[in-house]
Amino acid sequence: VTTRELTCREFVELVTDYLEGRLPARDRERFEDHLAICVGCEAYLDQMRQTVAALGRLPEEELSGEARHALLEAFRGWHGGR
Amino acid sequence: MSGDAQLVAALRGGDEAAFAGLGRRLGPRAARAHVPSRAAAEEVVQETWLAVLRGIEHPGWWAAPPVPWDDSERRLEAAEARAAPACAIAALPPRQREALVLRDVLGLSSEEACGVLGVSEGNQRVLLHRARARVRAALEAEVAHEGVAR
Repeated sequence: VTTRELTCREFVELVTDYLEGRLPARDRERFEDHLAICVGCEAYLDQMRQTVAALGRLPEEELSGEARHALLEAFRGWHGGR
Repeated sequence: MSGDAQLVAALRGGDEAAFAGLGRRLGPRAARAHVPSRAAAEEVVQETWLAVLRGIEHPGWWAAPPVPWDDSERRLEAAEARAAPACAIAALPPRQREALVLRDVLGLSSEEACGVLGVSEGNQRVLLHRARARVRAALEAEVAHEGVAR
């Protein structure tokens, strides 16, 4: 375990773990310390949140045929295996 | 040594004249094209140069930090109206696309998505992370394009 300051590159790699609430307390603290001093990473995190929000607004019909097909296959495999 | 490499070396050495020269090369006037007021432009310039210096000083920091999506709701809506998120999803590798659609479009829980995908929770998160990062980058390009277009 290190107490060294996060770099932006490391921050970016941890964003999903952070949003998913999967960062251990120590790492979350380092993540938030970096967030407090870096406008670039603040913008990045905000954009990731907005990206997720935009995806949630996407009507299912807008999915391409290929994406829908891949999903259907995945669902079939899932139900078949239950 | 190229001109830029010399400049970086001078900046690393704490050469204030080199830093002042940088400010003249890309100053508030350049930023004014993107933000409404001179004060905001100066702030953008200052933050940008500080970030550039941090990048020189500390590898791993942003060389070109993301710019906040100001007016982002309107710009994001316009990008959404052009089906930008759907296009970005279609361009994803299949496994990343599945993870992203299950979690963010259909709203499945992480546990449910793991069941569908047949992967561990950690692997599901890696797929989701890569997919979200790609979609964010695609939207960033769209939003920037929107900013120029208006």
